[in-house]
Amino acid sequence: MTQFFAAVDLFGPYEFQFFRNGVIVATLAGALCGLVGCYVVLRNMSYIGHGLSHAIFGGYAVAGLVGVNLFLGAGTWGVVTALAIGGIVRRRPIGSDAAIGVVTTASFALGIAVVQKYGSPGKNADALLFGNILGVNAGDVWLVAGVSLTAVALVAFGYRPLLFTTFDEEVAEASGVNTTLVEVLLMIVLAATVLATMSVIGVTLIAATLVVPAVVARMLTDSFSTMLLIATAVGAVSGFVGMNLSFHLDLPSGSTIVLVATAMFLAAFVLGNRVHLAGKLGK
Amino acid sequence: MNTPSSLMNRRTLTPAGEALIEARSLSVAFATGPNVLDDINLTVERGDLIGIVGPSGSGKSTLLRVLLGSLKPSHGTVARSRGMTIGFVPQVERIDWNFPVTVSECVGMARSRGWKTPWITKNERVEILDVLERLGLHGLADRHIRDLSGGQQQRVFLARALFTGAETIFLDEPTSGLDVKTRHEVLHLLADLNAEGVTVVLSTHDLNGIAAHLPIVVCLNTRILGAGSPERVLTPSILEQTYGSPMKILEHAGMRVVVDAGYNSSVDNPALTTVPSAKRVSGL
Ligand SMILES: Nc1ncnc2c1ncn2[C@@H]1O[C@H](COP(=O)(O)OP(=O)(O)OP(=O)(O)O)[C@@H](O)[C@H]1O
Ligand SMILES: [Mg+2]
Repeated sequence: MTQFFAAVDLFGPYEFQFFRNGVIVATLAGALCGLVGCYVVLRNMSYIGHGLSHAIFGGYAVAGLVGVNLFLGAGTWGVVTALAIGGIVRRRPIGSDAAIGVVTTASFALGIAVVQKYGSPGKNADALLFGNILGVNAGDVWLVAGVSLTAVALVAFGYRPLLFTTFDEEVAEASGVNTTLVEVLLMIVLAATVLATMSVIGVTLIAATLVVPAVVARMLTDSFSTMLLIATAVGAVSGFVGMNLSFHLDLPSGSTIVLVATAMFLAAFVLGNRVHLAGKLGK
Repeated sequence: MNTPSSLMNRRTLTPAGEALIEARSLSVAFATGPNVLDDINLTVERGDLIGIVGPSGSGKSTLLRVLLGSLKPSHGTVARSRGMTIGFVPQVERIDWNFPVTVSECVGMARSRGWKTPWITKNERVEILDVLERLGLHGLADRHIRDLSGGQQQRVFLARALFTGAETIFLDEPTSGLDVKTRHEVLHLLADLNAEGVTVVLSTHDLNGIAAHLPIVVCLNTRILGAGSPERVLTPSILEQTYGSPMKILEHAGMRVVVDAGYNSSVDNPALTTVPSAKRVSGL
């Protein structure tokens, strides 16, 4: 063990600006996904997060091809898809799952085709798909910081309407909450989150960073506010540790971040069962 | 403490109220299906305590949802008095019991309009503890909603409805799955709130334990088949139209007891102790 640490210079890479940027983005991205993921999981939208990230990849590639600003292009496409998905799910006609699957997968396929043929705009394709520290630039730091700030502001200012709508939409609406506005804002923040974190986590793995921290937090607490805090912390830790591991093990950052989060999930599972057991034995 | 029979007089004590909700020629159909509600005319006045009864699938929940405004009628109109909020206590089957909320978080979310701090303020905490105390939920503020008894769970959602500050409360089957004593407590609680001026509309399957003690009963089966005091509405003919099977009304110690006529052949000879549903009621 000590040999491993001796052999690996843990602080060495921090000399490099790109690594510092990568760690900042990964930590913020993890925290952001953890926070937003709580609403995604509790609203049973895990599948939507998955689909949305794939759709945005298509929007990103096409925006690059057409020569539109990448973030505006992909962002607009993401928000439109998100709202369309939200609308489909809200009205729940038969086969809404299939509709989401078709739209997002087609968009993803288009993205892959464009990237293969014309190259990926701005970043390399691997970074967009699986996350890569080399995909992170200074602009990403500002982007992810801006989106994180927006998400925190939304959760802080809209805490109660968000909670009420997530828990019990119909009653929230009857009690005077504008649930449509809540839903639209949530979808916009979700699309922005995917867009801002995609270079470091990769579109194929974003759904996991949305879901896993929230599930870990849910296992450890029965309180909503505590769940938000724990999920954000779990996301931040997996982003930070995952990015460091990614550098030392020379693996895509997205997969190391997701694997660290999964390790925390297993730990919470064991710990959760212990606590549960202790509670039972105590009684 | 209110006794059930004193509830019956309440309506004469309150002055003729102003109309809060008026439904006119209302009908509701889902997709291309048949009408689930048909030609409903109903007025809820301030101070009312109304019970909606009818068999499963008769449209009770649907009626509450249209009156509430969360479902648009296919035909007809619902007029609600301007700026009114309605506290809604949903049918327990509709609540996500695995959602991570403690009792105080659940009640606290009710104040969601306008700018509110994310956390529950000190003043709100005091108010919440008051409401919980009042509903017999003392000391349960930090419990998860799943870790409560059925009656406590019902009351948490009643507390949430009250905490919105709404003067009108709708409850969808507030006593389903509760034992006689707890059912009784919930009924008294609602009667007390009503006495303080809260307008209450509820749906129930319990004709003898709940409906018979309310000032106004509405018999529903797609259409309204009767509305008014239990004496006028809980009659064999209206009940048969509502439930589609013959019912009998027995008089026992000044109380009216509805029994399913096909249930026990000995009902013609009303030896009440042999009629299980009647025995439960005589426990009141
Ligand atoms: N969203 C929906 N889509 C289609 N049909 C519906 C929907 N909601 C209710 N229904 C139908 O409307 C009818 C009335 O349902 P409702 O839930 O109002 O009955 P209820 O009287 O509350 O029954 P219960 O006593 O079992 O709660 C039922 O036939 C039901 O299948
Ligand atoms: Mg119902």
